[in-house]
Amino acid sequence: MIKTTTQQFSKCSRVLAVILFYTEAAFAHPQKGEAVGFLTGFRHPISGLDHVLAMVAVGLWGAQLGAPAIWVLPVAFPMVMAFGGMLGLMGVPLPGVEYGIALSAILLGAAVLFEFRPPLGCAAALVGFFAIFHGHAHGTELPPGQSALVYSIGFVMATGLLHALGIGIGTVHRWGWGQKFLRLAGALVAVGGMFFMWKAVA
Amino acid sequence: MKRASQSRLPLYAFVACAFVMCAIPSEAHLNSTGVGPFYDGLIHFLMSPEDIIPVLALALLAGLRGASYGRRALFTLPVAWFLGGLVGLSALTTRPHPFISAAWFLMLGGLLAADAEVSLRVTTALATLLGVYHGYLNGAGMGQFETAAVALLGLVFAIFVLIALAAAFVVRLRADWSRIAVRVAGSWIAASGLLMLGWAIRTR
Repeated sequence: MIKTTTQQFSKCSRVLAVILFYTEAAFAHPQKGEAVGFLTGFRHPISGLDHVLAMVAVGLWGAQLGAPAIWVLPVAFPMVMAFGGMLGLMGVPLPGVEYGIALSAILLGAAVLFEFRPPLGCAAALVGFFAIFHGHAHGTELPPGQSALVYSIGFVMATGLLHALGIGIGTVHRWGWGQKFLRLAGALVAVGGMFFMWKAVA
Repeated sequence: MKRASQSRLPLYAFVACAFVMCAIPSEAHLNSTGVGPFYDGLIHFLMSPEDIIPVLALALLAGLRGASYGRRALFTLPVAWFLGGLVGLSALTTRPHPFISAAWFLMLGGLLAADAEVSLRVTTALATLLGVYHGYLNGAGMGQFETAAVALLGLVFAIFVLIALAAAFVVRLRADWSRIAVRVAGSWIAASGLLMLGWAIRTR
C-alpha cells in the first residue's frame, strides 16, 4: 500500500514539475521602453561624479548667496543644461566639453570656498555657461531607442534634485560652523574638479 | 481508516499544488479586459505623461494667477478636450507631432517658470487650444472602439479633477518659497520640452 502511494506521488510530482516549468508572460509592465526611459534618464545625471559635483555646488552656492540666487541659479542650470542637451542631440559640435565640465567644478567649488558674491546676473551667466557643457555631454551620450518624454522628465528631475540636495546642505550656512563646513565642501568640489581636469588633460 | 486517509494525502496535496501552480495569464493589469470604458478613459489620461504634464502646467499657471483663472481653466479645458475628442473620433489615423508636444511643454513650462502675468483671455485661449489639440489626438486613438465617447467622458473627468486639485492647491499658497517651488516645477517642464525638441530633431 505504501509502495503504491509512493509510486503515485512520484508520478504526480513529475506532472507537477512540468506544470511548474510552464510559465506565461506576466503582462505586468507599461508601454515598451517607457520605464527604462525614465530610469535611464534619472540615472544619467547622477552616474558621473563630475556632473554631480557641479550640480551640488550650484545648490551650495545658491544657498550661500541667499534669495533670490537660491532659486534663480537652480532654475537657470537645468534650463540651460537642457538647451545644451538639445544641441548635443542635434549633433551640434562643442569643443572642450570635458574641460568645461572639470572647470565648472573648479570655479563653482572656488566660488563656494571663497564665498564669492558677484551680481545675480553674473552668477546666473556663469552657472548657465557651464550648464551648456554638462547638457551637451549628456545629449551626445543618450542611448538610442528610449522614450524621449519620460527620459527627459527623469533626466531633468534628477538634475533638479541634485540642486535641491545642494540647497539642503547649504541651509547650514545660518550657523558659524555651517559656514566653515560649506567652505570646506566648496574646497572638496574644487579639488574634485582639478582631478577631473587632470584626467581630461592626461 | 486512518491509514487510508493518510495514503490519499499526497494525492490531495498534488491536486492542491496543481491548482495553485497552474499559472494562467493573470490579467492583473487589465490590458486585455479593461475596467469599463469610463475608467479606461480615466486611467488612460493618468497613465499618459504627454497628456497629464501640460494639463498640470496649465493648472499650476492658472493657480498662480488666482482663483478666477483657476475656475476658467477648470471649465474651459475639459470642455475643449471633449469637443476635440468628439471631432477626433471620426478621424482615420493621426499621430502626435513631436515638435508640437515639445512646444506645449516649452510654452506652458516657460510661462509657469516666469510666473508670467497672462490675462484671463490668454489663459482661456491656451486652455482651449490645448484641450482641442490633445482631445483630438485622444479621440483619433479611441475611434476604433464603440464606447469611445464614454471613455472620453472618463478622460475629461480625470482632467477636471486634476485641474481642480492642482489649481486650488496653488491658489491657497501664500509663502514665497512655496510659490517659487511651483515655478521651479515649471522650469523642469520647460527643460523637458527643450530635450524633447532635441529628440524630435534627432529622430526626424
